[in-house]
Amino acid sequence: MNDRSVAQRPAGTGDPGARRGVPAARPDSEAPIPPTTEAEQNAPHVRPGDRIFRGLATGSGIFIVVLIGAIGLFLLLQAIPSLALDQVSFLTSREWSTGDVNNMRYGILDLLLVTVVSSAFALVIAMPIALGIALFLTQYAPRRLARPFAYVIDLLSAVPSIIYGLWGLLVLAPVLTPIGEWLTGALGFIPLFAEGNVSIELGGTIFTAGIVLAVMILPIITAVSREVFDRTPATHVEGAIALGATKWEVVRTTVLPFGKAGYVSASMLGLGRALGETIALMIILSATNAAFGWSLFDGGATFASKIALAAPEFNDPRSAGAYIAAGLVLFVLTFVVNAIARAIVAGHKEYE
Amino acid sequence: MKTKQHGAVVGLIAAGALLLTACGSDNNTGPGGSTSGATASGVAVECGGKTKLNAEGSSAQKNAIDTFIQAYKAKCSGADLAYNPSGSGAGVKNFNAGQVDFGGSDSALSKDKGEVEAAAKRCATNPAWHLPLVFGPVAIGYKLDGVKDLVLDGDVTAKIFNGTVKKWNDPAIKALNSGATLPDKDIKVVYRSDESGTTDNFQKYLKIASKGSWTQGDGKQFKGGVGEGKEKSAGVAQATGSVDGAITYVELSFAQDNQLSLAKIDAGQGPVELTNETVGKAIDGAKIKGEGNDLVLDLDSIYGTTAAGSYPLLLATYEIVCSKGYDADTAKAVKAFLTVAATDGQAGLADAGYAPLPKAFQDKLLTAIKAIA
Amino acid sequence: MTTETADLNRLATPPTFQSVSGARKFKNGLATALVYLAFAVAIVPLVWVLWTVVQRGLPVVLDADWWQKSLSGLLSRQQGGGVYHAIYGTLVQGLVCGLISVPIGLFVAIYLVEYGGRSRLSKATTFMVDILTGVPSIVAALFVYTLWITTFGLGRSGFAVSLALVLLMVPVIVRTTEEMLKIVPDELREASYALGIPKWKTIVKIVIPTALSGILTGVMLALARVMGETAPVLVLAAYAPFINYNLFDGPMASLPLLMATERNNPTQAGFDRIWGAAITLVLIITLFNLLATVISRWLAPKTK
Repeated sequence: MNDRSVAQRPAGTGDPGARRGVPAARPDSEAPIPPTTEAEQNAPHVRPGDRIFRGLATGSGIFIVVLIGAIGLFLLLQAIPSLALDQVSFLTSREWSTGDVNNMRYGILDLLLVTVVSSAFALVIAMPIALGIALFLTQYAPRRLARPFAYVIDLLSAVPSIIYGLWGLLVLAPVLTPIGEWLTGALGFIPLFAEGNVSIELGGTIFTAGIVLAVMILPIITAVSREVFDRTPATHVEGAIALGATKWEVVRTTVLPFGKAGYVSASMLGLGRALGETIALMIILSATNAAFGWSLFDGGATFASKIALAAPEFNDPRSAGAYIAAGLVLFVLTFVVNAIARAIVAGHKEYE
Repeated sequence: MKTKQHGAVVGLIAAGALLLTACGSDNNTGPGGSTSGATASGVAVECGGKTKLNAEGSSAQKNAIDTFIQAYKAKCSGADLAYNPSGSGAGVKNFNAGQVDFGGSDSALSKDKGEVEAAAKRCATNPAWHLPLVFGPVAIGYKLDGVKDLVLDGDVTAKIFNGTVKKWNDPAIKALNSGATLPDKDIKVVYRSDESGTTDNFQKYLKIASKGSWTQGDGKQFKGGVGEGKEKSAGVAQATGSVDGAITYVELSFAQDNQLSLAKIDAGQGPVELTNETVGKAIDGAKIKGEGNDLVLDLDSIYGTTAAGSYPLLLATYEIVCSKGYDADTAKAVKAFLTVAATDGQAGLADAGYAPLPKAFQDKLLTAIKAIA
Repeated sequence: MTTETADLNRLATPPTFQSVSGARKFKNGLATALVYLAFAVAIVPLVWVLWTVVQRGLPVVLDADWWQKSLSGLLSRQQGGGVYHAIYGTLVQGLVCGLISVPIGLFVAIYLVEYGGRSRLSKATTFMVDILTGVPSIVAALFVYTLWITTFGLGRSGFAVSLALVLLMVPVIVRTTEEMLKIVPDELREASYALGIPKWKTIVKIVIPTALSGILTGVMLALARVMGETAPVLVLAAYAPFINYNLFDGPMASLPLLMATERNNPTQAGFDRIWGAAITLVLIITLFNLLATVISRWLAPKTK
């Protein structure tokens, strides 16, 4: 009964009005309604149309929940038999040899490190730029141009990733070669910029990959941050202005504190996207047999690119299972990152 | 204003619908050639039977099959074949499952995996035959400024690809290239990062030809432990061509397209260049392991050859067909296709980077094809 | 949303009497410069990528054959032919994915906004939609691979690709639809209930039509997104150089798959096909984006 009356009062519909600055006395205006609905509810006859429709809607909700469970479950079921055949430790080995099903030796250590390091590098580049763009679009750009400018940034996400990959390898990498050579020469004593296990001339490094990834995750970080910055309460801004704050001081004292959690959450979403990026990295990254040495100029493979490289030869379920196990780890990884992103904003009612 | 927008939407939808329905065409050639008749070399071809054959398998032979299909269409009007280059494993699997009319594979059916049995079941309890129709020479391509004439042997090649030999002026390389001035540069090995039959065959070659210095085994993943991997043949060749000091193994056509220098192989009788003749000689010298018309090759006899003037590093790929057990229509078309492939189809092969069949071997194949019932 | 902010901003900004210290001025100027620079930095790769695509691909797609023919029967080094087969595959895989995703996404959003309230299922669903948004396309592809190919034993096909794309499309549709449904004023629903109209009819006849323009825009944008996905086609479909009208059987090309396949063709013909397909894909995606704008403009008056 109780849940029915909640249902009759559409859940999210309260906020848009509030958001538009018309916080009308909503509870009052709704007050007369419950009695009628209550009466309707009490009637013994529930219309079949309602029941079916409600069932469909609820069913779809359940479907989504089940779906995520199914993804994890199916990947796990396919991975287990192959994991049992693994001759080395799945989590700590750097080997990857799945050709001979009687002697499969594979571990994800290097895949995990390369995935995380390339994504983290991309995030380090993208975060400040995205922050700048979001501030530009919400605070600095001329009102009339803000929308078209935002559209231009969104266009970045409309370019398919295979095109980014081709561009990254064939166009961007040659341009980055001298920069890479300079970095390894001048800053080579820092492990991160040490000469890596693949050739810089070929450009198949985490350095190139990370820059392309940064471009690819810019739009998502920007879009989410922008929305949050947009919701900075006008009263805060007005207060700061009234105190004689400069534009930057307004941003620093009102917009940034308000939007910080949203911005961090947006960055986590971007990280999640970068972790799972497949084709661009498959095209750009050079594979290597050497262990990952914590340099940006190393090559290697990420979970996703490793799986995509092997996909055409998925014939034996046992060796395919090894890649599915890697996919499962990637799924868990992105699950955790996205869950964190969500948890960060969960406590902030003002973003709604 | 509103009608205008309305019109735009209708227009877009109409354009989309038009694109989706009517105007697509698969026809890229002119009208097809004659009906049945003799091939250029005078072998009779009996066209007819199933109009669209299905085949699947090794991607290494895709371009050769494309050439064969063109010849087949030119010879037998109305006939066609769809080849799905999804990999040897898939080819064998789907052939055995009866999904395709023949399979293409880089390796012979394996008894241990039960493939031989499954194939016999698919062919109505008749054995399946291996027809080694497509031979792709694998080049050892490199890029090294000032060095155009490099000679390698199995042992040194193995040592380069497993990292024992690291510099271009290593004494081992010098010993084989007495006249050349070799620079003091690092050797940059480039390998295939995806799983491939080329890698498998290359490693098999190293295992046999190196006489012990290649201990890494074979398989579709490169096991040398050095260098950097690039995706597919094109990626490998392109990468090798863009860095001084790089070396790789790649199908001939890709090496040529990227202007790589090709190493000569010295198997004991002096350096042998990669040409149609030297590859043909290696094919001719191959021993057959299979019985009768089942032409399973003894790869050891190719890779381990010491015959003068034969280039041993090549990728042999089979068409896997039923000896009997096709329905009449399919049998007729399969025979027609294979006959054209082994005769007229050979003409375009060199351009596509494959080795045309030498005469004696061609005859062996034609005998087997004829015996399919 | 911030029009108010802007107006107020303008009124109060000119500092009439106080002087601003040099350090503050400098910081303000620096911040402004950095913010403008960030935007400029983002424009560079966009223009660069698009320029690369146009410069290399445009000459290829100006041939009428490009849009009408397939690559059937052509050798890898032979010029000519077209990508009709791949355009067909891309559109059909995308549209079938849309046909499956739209009802699911719509119902999930309706559940969340109209029925779910603050129940536990509703919270779980919202959470799972968020997670689904972040599922990498390769994981979606692997899931369909394990389900469709290893568990059910069915072959690789265009339809399997559509299924994987559904996983990527549903959360986008849920998100946009949810936003749109929330904006529909409660007064409309209340007026409808007051007339004794059942809830489901209210949703179908009042709420959805009101939000339709936004929903359709979201659908179009989601479609544009999934059509460029490469990972699922790589895992779940085999490439065919000929036209295959059958989504459920046999190898089927699509533009991303064609590009991935022709990557292994080092000849000029292969180069042309890759960049021609790239510009074709960008054009199709732009067309869908454009369609989204047109639809939202066309249907927008109804919401006012």
